[in-house]
Amino acid sequence: MFTSNPFAALSAGLPLDPGVMQAYVILMVLLVIGGTLLDVVHKKSAKYFFEKGQSLKKIAKREVGGGEKLGLAVSTFTNEVLASSEFANPERRISHLFMMYGFIFFVATTAIMIFGLPVAEGEGSGLVPLLWHLGALSICIGGYWFWLKIRVDVRSEANEWHNVHQSDLFIVSLLLTATFALIWSVLQASNGVTSVLSIIAFIIFIAASTTLFSTILWSKFAHMFFKPAAAFQKKVAVADGSRDKLPEIPELSSAECKQRYPDIPEYMGDNPPYMGLGIKREAPTHY
Amino acid sequence: MPTFVYMTRCDGCGQCVDICPSDIMHIDPKVRRAYNIEPNMCWECYSCVKACPHNAIDVRGYADFAPLGHSVRVRRDEEKGVIAWRIIFRNGEKDMNLLAPITTKPWGKYIPQLADQPAPSQEMRGSQLLFNEPKYIRFDDGDLNTLESNGLKMQAGVESY
Repeated sequence: MFTSNPFAALSAGLPLDPGVMQAYVILMVLLVIGGTLLDVVHKKSAKYFFEKGQSLKKIAKREVGGGEKLGLAVSTFTNEVLASSEFANPERRISHLFMMYGFIFFVATTAIMIFGLPVAEGEGSGLVPLLWHLGALSICIGGYWFWLKIRVDVRSEANEWHNVHQSDLFIVSLLLTATFALIWSVLQASNGVTSVLSIIAFIIFIAASTTLFSTILWSKFAHMFFKPAAAFQKKVAVADGSRDKLPEIPELSSAECKQRYPDIPEYMGDNPPYMGLGIKREAPTHY
Repeated sequence: MPTFVYMTRCDGCGQCVDICPSDIMHIDPKVRRAYNIEPNMCWECYSCVKACPHNAIDVRGYADFAPLGHSVRVRRDEEKGVIAWRIIFRNGEKDMNLLAPITTKPWGKYIPQLADQPAPSQEMRGSQLLFNEPKYIRFDDGDLNTLESNGLKMQAGVESY
């Protein structure tokens, strides 16, 4: 079941023309592009990043070269994008990684399977459908972990699981998409392509995915584009010395620090000791 | 002026919520980022500003010392035991970096060990006094507490009116 292409069964059994499915995927891609552009215009995020960059440039201590910027972009990609290093809370980070990689595999394999149609009987790799199922499962693991454990926790937002806001549009439609993709695939395998239950699950799957990709202006879908931009700008601000107007904390035992701040060695000694984790010793759990 | 949060930096970790002595830093249920729910009640103690691991919280300085365009920002590095301030004047030219050792008590020390205190008696439970209230702030135990009655002397530099 997990190694068979559910879209191939749909195109053969219902039958639904592969062209319709391919047109739907293209429409969703266009909606994502259009929605993101509208979001950028509406929230003025591009303007914000540009103006912030200009204001930081004024207090920059040095120019950051093209090569260095490329290095920062690579480091943003490997840390903030690939490993979600922005999250200080490890639970949220792991849950986010499950959802992110699940989503990437799910979307990519959906496109591969639909554009690979029609598949002749007995042909087609079992790996792609397997990755499709694993991707949906991964979204569900990360998503339900977030929804039922992290989000309801009083330490976090303390929202009851049934308390849904407009801001949950992204996570709810994503979870419904992945959940009903799996349910549809299981029902299709057990009850047949034309069974009523399987068709209902398929309709909910399509409705949820359409909602997910068509509501970018009102959901947080666009975070996958502006979050890396914010992380990159933060790194550039450190590299050019502007530091987002934050102070620099030098190495306390360095000669430069001793010369600049003579009272540091006076109060703390030549080699100030490691003071321990401080506030980082405990996770924020007291509220 | 009260605190505010840079949404592009905050990840909703809750350190500010945890540390705010006024309990006014909360996580917004919609955008899942921290915000000051009651700016009027913020006394600008800077606890959240220093506790934020992403330096996402800032305080607008009062207009008399921090006119528009002025910036006062702080980083507290407990592992190094120092606190650093950076003050940029509104002309953008004067840019001061200040560094000092942290002189407050280390985090997590000197927490009252209430469990080690003897359990309050029934009489104490019925009393209006707070549990374990220091003797010298009580008014019902002997006469009024004064410097003299507590064996203290007026310090030089403390004026009396």
